[in-house]
Amino acid sequence: MTTDPPVLLPREQFGSLLEALARRGYRVVGPTVRDGTIVYDDLTKVEDLPIGWKDEQEGGHYRLKRREDEALFGYVVGPESWKKYLHPQRLRLVKAERDTSGHMTFTDGDEEEPVRYAFLGMKSCELNAMMIQDKVFLGSGTADSHYERRRKNIFSIGVSCGEAGGTCFCVSMGTGPEVTDQTPHDLAVTEVIEDTSHYFVLTAGSDEGREVLNELPATPAGPEHVSAAKQRVEHAASTMGRRMDTGGVRELLRENLEHPQWEDVAQRCLTCANCTMVCPTCFCTTVEDVTDLTGDNAERWRSWDSCFTLDFTWMHGGSARQSAKSRYRQWLTHKLSTWHDQFQSSGCVGCGRCITWCPVGIDLTQEVAAIREKDNHPAPTTS
Amino acid sequence: MSSDETQRPKLAVWKFASCDGCQLSLLDCEDELLAVADAIEIANFAEATRRVVEGPYDLSLVEGSITTAHDAERILEVRAQSKYLVTIGACATAGGIQALRNWQDVKEMASVVYAKPEYLDTLATSTPISDHVAVDFELRGCPVNKHQLLEVVVAFLHRRKPVVPQHSVCVECKLRGNPCVMVAHGTPCLGPVTQAGCGAICPAYNRGCFGCFGPMESPNAVALSAQWKAMGVSNRDIMRTYRSFNGLASPFREESDKHEP
Repeated sequence: MTTDPPVLLPREQFGSLLEALARRGYRVVGPTVRDGTIVYDDLTKVEDLPIGWKDEQEGGHYRLKRREDEALFGYVVGPESWKKYLHPQRLRLVKAERDTSGHMTFTDGDEEEPVRYAFLGMKSCELNAMMIQDKVFLGSGTADSHYERRRKNIFSIGVSCGEAGGTCFCVSMGTGPEVTDQTPHDLAVTEVIEDTSHYFVLTAGSDEGREVLNELPATPAGPEHVSAAKQRVEHAASTMGRRMDTGGVRELLRENLEHPQWEDVAQRCLTCANCTMVCPTCFCTTVEDVTDLTGDNAERWRSWDSCFTLDFTWMHGGSARQSAKSRYRQWLTHKLSTWHDQFQSSGCVGCGRCITWCPVGIDLTQEVAAIREKDNHPAPTTS
Repeated sequence: MSSDETQRPKLAVWKFASCDGCQLSLLDCEDELLAVADAIEIANFAEATRRVVEGPYDLSLVEGSITTAHDAERILEVRAQSKYLVTIGACATAGGIQALRNWQDVKEMASVVYAKPEYLDTLATSTPISDHVAVDFELRGCPVNKHQLLEVVVAFLHRRKPVVPQHSVCVECKLRGNPCVMVAHGTPCLGPVTQAGCGAICPAYNRGCFGCFGPMESPNAVALSAQWKAMGVSNRDIMRTYRSFNGLASPFREESDKHEP
């Protein structure tokens, strides 16, 4: 794939991107401030973006703070991920109706016409997460039709990070901070703020991205602009709040299923499921059937579930993973080890959400380090 | 219209020590109430009708806790008359806010509150229904959620298991799109140790969870308290927070006891 020449869009013209997307029939969604956090919601104008905000993040801690500049994308990531648009929290799968003769009619419950979303402001870790979920939902031979219908309409605008957050470790996971051709996207954006100038360097990652770029009042970016953008990304890469030694982590966890650290983390783990809910790659769901009073109408609903709930492994006789230890171990080993077996990649993109949004600040990078420190079965690493 | 009278299961609603709020949740099911009355014979429901139909009953909804010797007798009779007995609300399932008396001297309190405490005939404790009789299902909440209440009735009618998740309130927050008030605002919240069911109402309004639905399926109150302490919450406030509507329910009870100043 040839790399398109980057173009420059001044800050004052950034609204033209939203207008171009709207003209094409896209509903633009992206970061906006709500309830002291940056969430993803509808954007109708540039001012809806979190202008001049940054997010201070640590284990179990998140605060919005004013920046010294007026950056549009000067935050890292919020509690939500884009998966809510592609893999909705709750989804009706089937409707069933029984007529007076007792005959049952089943109809598709997912009637919602998929929206043509433009995702504005996907960080590199998030593009990687979407790629991972693509594999989960579309790559196994039996595509999830609900995901597929929503996913195929998406116009994705990646934004490279200019600085990293306190719980970021995308460099360790090889998923950022720069939006590259490794992850499919329509447009890639880098925001640059210098003494007197504020601009964006954009490149197209798809034919449609190219068409959109052509509609913008952009000019070819000079080498100084490209270099400034590069420096921003390098700055982000050098300020990661966390790191994880991923060398042989797949084998490390597999070989240490009885490591005392699992018991240690279980003492702290609330089994509240927050980590899985905020994770941009976690995809598990539960299915519930509901009926009305007459029993003539039934619906089957799918909603996000978590390996931290007891219901998740409920079989006749009870839950297979009773202890917090077994549930945390399941989550971490799946994310970092058995995900490779299942989907040929890691399930972690280093976004740090599970660290930040754990109410007690459990940090998977520390847990992995603790297991590595007393590796009970040191084995030659292959990966 | 109404199906054959003899075919409709008989529903009875019983009140013990409580505020009636959970019973009212049933009346709150305004849109569905006529359909409920059509599917079920409401045989005893003092909040709704004076008409009382003799037992036995197919389904008894029991609100309130046991606080008098008379009620301790009465619940045995309710159980004997009921095929299925479902407790509704924090009082019936955990003793309710009135179980605060369990940590106090009731006689002493009565002497302070009432002009003629000798007229009172009350037990020293408030206890959940399950301490007295076998309970088939416990519906949590202070008050119960009307959708969950309806779900229990509908599930009973169709002989299926009610869909009443026992995981944390956090899951509901995330399904609803609430940001975590504990992480994002530094607001102490009982959500991680509390059972879902309310729809995460308080966090939706930027308040911490009060634990109205009692302990979730695998609560780690010890770890949550440690975090609260790190956030600057005093032992006294930790004790008082756990010791509310569901204060008697384990492990809220143990956790509150541990933090007595």
